[in-house]
Amino acid sequence: MIRFEGVHKWFGNLHVLNTINLHVRQGEVVVICGPSGSGKSTLIRTINRLEPIDKGKLIVDGMHVSDQKTDINRLRTEIGFVFQQFNLYPHLTVLRNITLAPIKVRKVGKKEAQEQAMALLERVGLSEKRDAYPSQLSGGEQQRVAIARSLAMKPRIMLFDEPTSALDPEMIGEVLAVMKDLAESGMTMCVVTHEMGFAREVADRIVFMDHGVILEEREPAAFFTSPQHARAQQFLKQILSPMH
Amino acid sequence: MDPWLDFTVIRNNLTYFFIGSYPHGNLGGVALTLYLAVTSCVISFVGGLILGLLSVSRHRAIRYPTLAVINTVRGVPLLMVIFWMYFLLPSLLGHPVPESRTVIAALALFTSAYMAEIVRAGVEGIPRGQTEAALATGLRPWQALVYVVLPQGLRNMLPSFVNQFVSLIKDTSLAYIVGVSELTQVATQVNNRSMVHPTEIFFFIAAVYFIICFTFTSISRRLESRLAWRKSI
Ligand SMILES: Nc1ncnc2c1ncn2[C@@H]1O[C@H](COP(=O)(O)OP(=O)(O)OP(=O)(O)O)[C@@H](O)[C@H]1O
Ligand SMILES: [Mg+2]
Repeated sequence: MIRFEGVHKWFGNLHVLNTINLHVRQGEVVVICGPSGSGKSTLIRTINRLEPIDKGKLIVDGMHVSDQKTDINRLRTEIGFVFQQFNLYPHLTVLRNITLAPIKVRKVGKKEAQEQAMALLERVGLSEKRDAYPSQLSGGEQQRVAIARSLAMKPRIMLFDEPTSALDPEMIGEVLAVMKDLAESGMTMCVVTHEMGFAREVADRIVFMDHGVILEEREPAAFFTSPQHARAQQFLKQILSPMH
Repeated sequence: MDPWLDFTVIRNNLTYFFIGSYPHGNLGGVALTLYLAVTSCVISFVGGLILGLLSVSRHRAIRYPTLAVINTVRGVPLLMVIFWMYFLLPSLLGHPVPESRTVIAALALFTSAYMAEIVRAGVEGIPRGQTEAALATGLRPWQALVYVVLPQGLRNMLPSFVNQFVSLIKDTSLAYIVGVSELTQVATQVNNRSMVHPTEIFFFIAAVYFIICFTFTSISRRLESRLAWRKSI
């Protein structure tokens, strides 16, 4: 479904992605973790070309992402993206946040788009918020709306970039629950997160990055009990320590 | 003996100050001032929007020439632009153009350049994440601009637009130089005829300019607070 083959990316002199090889199969949930600045966001942002790659091959859903001939807008309709800062449109209601892309891109009728949006709001537990503006919602609610907005395009892949990092602790659970539900429905997912409980429970594989390099790629059980790399051991110790 | 300030000259010429010799002759005075301002405002709104959006284009071949036009116009005194249009427009079009039209063209071009800067700043002021969220759902870049960035940007731009419009109202007084009978020109005519009350006349037109501008500023204040959507909880 997603295949990185020797992918490189630079920001000026900074080698932010270094020889990335990664294969995510259909229906898999891959959690990406690593210290701050290691290139996790950049990695998942290349998948829908929010960041272009400089070298190597990246094939998503059978299409070459960096190929100029690829219809990137079409590809993006197949890939949902959830941001750390939600990025809901503040001037539109919850309902219109969700229906905008289906109506403008998929050319779905307004009524049908609204019905689908309501079904999605139901799924994330926010039906009663349809006419609210984003600023009237809590962070957790905003993020659930953002997930619904992505799902409205019926994507085949969902990408999450630290979806709970901007949330108060008591709201993290509600967002993770939605994501878990999504994973169980068979969605292909790449999730950058430091929620190790979620990773252990939901992920098929954990990818550990540092300095633009994938240092480990293993099943959660193996990763948590016996991380191979010293950097991964150190990272886990920090993140799992009770002081954290 | 004459009183210190004598406003009879104003009272005697009141309709002339407000509408010129209309309906028997041409529209003039305050009415023409407003006509010049509103017409060039509408044109420059459209022009500024287009220039502003072109100036944030991803393509250098579009962005650079646009910025060159904007900066050239901004770097020239308005009076020069009025002269240019006055002499250039008729020879460019190959037929005479009424002075008021050349002034509208000049004001519209000049104000477009400033409007473009407002639009540019307004668009660039919207967080990058808004565009990214729109693109990520498959909207094309122009759709992200039209449905997501501009509606937010325009609200932020509104106060600057009104400022620009108020400047425009005052700038119409420069039409005086090519003989368009807007308020300042009319005042000068009346003054030349009577020759005795320049203080009263120019005090009066200053007050008129002030009242018009102040009215628009107040309207915009009210509009702004009405449009302001709850930004934070
Ligand atoms: N647009 C950019 N221009 C220049 N440098 C960038 C840009 N975006 C990211 N970087 C740099 O690239 C490196 C990797 O950034 P990235 O956001 O991918 O890290 P991350 O692993 O997601 O970190 P975090 O956990 O803090 O989100 C960082 O050093 C960052 O400063
Ligand atoms: Mg990041």
